[in-house]
Amino acid sequence: MLRVENLRKRYRTGDEALKGVSFSVPAGEVVGLIGPSGAGKSTLIRCVNRLVEPTDGNVFLNDLNITQLGRGDLKRARRRIGMIFQEFALVERLSVMENVLSGRLGYVSFWQSFTRRFPQADVDKAFALLERVGLSDHADKRADALSGGQRQRVGIARALEQDPELLLIDEPTASLDPKTSRQIMRLITEICRERNLPTIINIHDVPLAQAFVDRILGLQDGELVFDGPPSELTESVLTRIYGEEDWTTMRGDQDDGEDGRSARLIKEAPAELV
Amino acid sequence: MPIKKSEAGAPVWMHRTPKTRLLMWVGWLALVALFVFCWQVMTKDTIWYFVADAPRQAADIGSRMFPPKLDYMNELWGPLWDTINIATLGTLLAIVMAVPVAFLAARNTTPSIRFVRPVALFIIVSSRSINALIWGLLLVAVIGPGVFAGIIAIALRSIGFIAKLLYEAIEEIDETQIEAINATGASAMQRLDYGITPQIMPAFAGITVFRWDINIRESTVLGLVGAGGLGLKLQASINVLAWGQVTTIFIVILVTVMISEWVSAKVRHSLI
Amino acid sequence: MTVENASAAPRIWRKQPFIKNPLTRWGLYTAALIYLALAVSTVPVNWARVWEGLDRGWRFVQGFLVPDFTSRWGDILIGMQESLTMTVTSTVVGILISVPIGIGAARNIAPAPVYAICRGIITISRSFQEIIIAILFVAMFGFGPFAGFLTLSFATIGFLSKLLAEDIEDIDESQTEAIGATGGGWWQVVNYAIQPQVMPRLIGLSLYRLDINFRESAVIGIVGAGGIGATLNTAIDRYEYDTAGAILIVIILIVMVAEYSSGYVRKWVQ
Repeated sequence: MLRVENLRKRYRTGDEALKGVSFSVPAGEVVGLIGPSGAGKSTLIRCVNRLVEPTDGNVFLNDLNITQLGRGDLKRARRRIGMIFQEFALVERLSVMENVLSGRLGYVSFWQSFTRRFPQADVDKAFALLERVGLSDHADKRADALSGGQRQRVGIARALEQDPELLLIDEPTASLDPKTSRQIMRLITEICRERNLPTIINIHDVPLAQAFVDRILGLQDGELVFDGPPSELTESVLTRIYGEEDWTTMRGDQDDGEDGRSARLIKEAPAELV
Repeated sequence: MPIKKSEAGAPVWMHRTPKTRLLMWVGWLALVALFVFCWQVMTKDTIWYFVADAPRQAADIGSRMFPPKLDYMNELWGPLWDTINIATLGTLLAIVMAVPVAFLAARNTTPSIRFVRPVALFIIVSSRSINALIWGLLLVAVIGPGVFAGIIAIALRSIGFIAKLLYEAIEEIDETQIEAINATGASAMQRLDYGITPQIMPAFAGITVFRWDINIRESTVLGLVGAGGLGLKLQASINVLAWGQVTTIFIVILVTVMISEWVSAKVRHSLI
Repeated sequence: MTVENASAAPRIWRKQPFIKNPLTRWGLYTAALIYLALAVSTVPVNWARVWEGLDRGWRFVQGFLVPDFTSRWGDILIGMQESLTMTVTSTVVGILISVPIGIGAARNIAPAPVYAICRGIITISRSFQEIIIAILFVAMFGFGPFAGFLTLSFATIGFLSKLLAEDIEDIDESQTEAIGATGGGWWQVVNYAIQPQVMPRLIGLSLYRLDINFRESAVIGIVGAGGIGATLNTAIDRYEYDTAGAILIVIILIVMVAEYSSGYVRKWVQ
């Protein structure tokens, strides 16, 4: 059970990303968070595990108030919150298995993690998870040798390796093609229901969200403007969230590839060594 | 490119405006004047008789350098071994000191941008500004001549080089990978081990091997100031004007440098 | 939660070693260890001498922290003057000579015999350290900054020509083709298609070399080729560590200023 109360975030630049957001997610419910770019979706889920420090408000995970925790307690709280990222955020040069096991970092000592001697229970769980996401044969491959869909599966396995009580998912399909996107969304929602996990998915693809989630939150300019089942997401609601647009054509566009997102993946060449 | 109207009304295209043309001229003139001035100052004590005599001197030295005295090679194995050790041990010592400096200097890992980072940057600049030979000169005066002084000299010079390139690599890492490791509840040391180290490892290995290659070159001449290795023999041979031996030493240096360059290129290639 | 128990027997996982073959791996480790042991054991360290030296080292550190600029100011000034003039003249002459050699050493525009000759010059110039060339030039031209000037010019040629040639080889071929297609001759191709493409980098490299030449000018004085190195050498020989500290501080400052300003100019050029 996740409960967010009156959450506010003002950046140092003065931008107010969140203007008092409140909602709660019961166990086993998969919530889709939609809204235009810059609405504060990414800030909102990062405030939950305090990768971004909220300015005001409370976040309760079961009975624990995460916003009140000190550094050490925050680390222990983060172990209970799994996170899956837009561009996978795997450690590219580590093997798939090391990436999955990195989900246990908060539980093992530095020495255990440094020598890569994780408890056998953790290793067993990692193998089981790799099997669940369909990557049993890839355990010792390097993460950068995998395709986008496979990498996101590793990302899912890493988050589940934490034995989370809550899943935060940031644009899981934004770097994937439409078919893989559906497969990944199906996998995520299945797993969440299997494990009875409360889950928030940031997603900008409205039709995809409607197809898979139980409930939708609409965020617009830092405020919640919609909270309800996908079936109630009518065109007038979409207009309230996104502004004026011809929604019928947008639905037709759902199978198009992701526009220009891959450009962000191309890193600049390293500075020359003269 | 400015386009003007001529008096007849037809457009005239010119490469540069009169103003930029004037500026270019003044710039070039200033450069030439600076050069002439520097030349005058530099050569005011030059004895032109020696300069005119140089071709004859060159021919004389050239005739003494050939044929090279190849059996002198027997005396060079020891100094060659020392030279390689100076470069290798010096590089290893430099790594030990440069890695912490690099982490203190990188914007995203330094404990304090205001206080610690400037100190680290100052260490890097001082180490880089002073050539290994000057470090050698100082260390020979301080701890006495020999291989040990050479190792320390190479290490002190290499700290700045390795730390500078390494901290630039650290500043270029992908922050989302760090964010993901943070989100698992990892400690600072685990973040270093899982988030940062894998990302900078290739750069680190490349920089190290590159510096080792440079250090082999530098350690061949460190002996000129008494810091051990082939340079000692070079100095001794020049002092007694044994040019045949000098040629042999040059050949050894050349071959060593070529081999180290090949090794370094090979290793760096296999890392990418 | 049945998936968790899917695999019955516990599967051991160990990190894949960097070198897969255990024989090669352990062979390399032992070889490295043996080399290190041999290398360290053949380094003669006279600890008594080092211990004595620590005192001197401390005095040097003090000299560096409280430098003495005044007592040898005249010598420092002359040394600096020689170093700076040597740097400027050798860089200018070096650039003037390296541009034609660099063009000649570019495979895509130079005829084969010219290419071979220019590459040969570059290889010779790059093979030896500045200090070795300085020794030879001092032997031929006598002591003083003129030998230093020749040394630095010679070294500049190897550095600049090589990088310039590589740049020309990397240029966008379509632009040379376009100018060639308009009926332009070889000189026009160089002037219109190649010069604009490599000019910013040539300026950048020249400034970088100016910086290197200054640093080197502080070294070649040790073998008699003039410059601040000679002054520094004398100061250290006389155990005047406070003066040596002053000279080093001046060198560091000039290098910092040169690096900062050349970075600024390079940004401005591009």
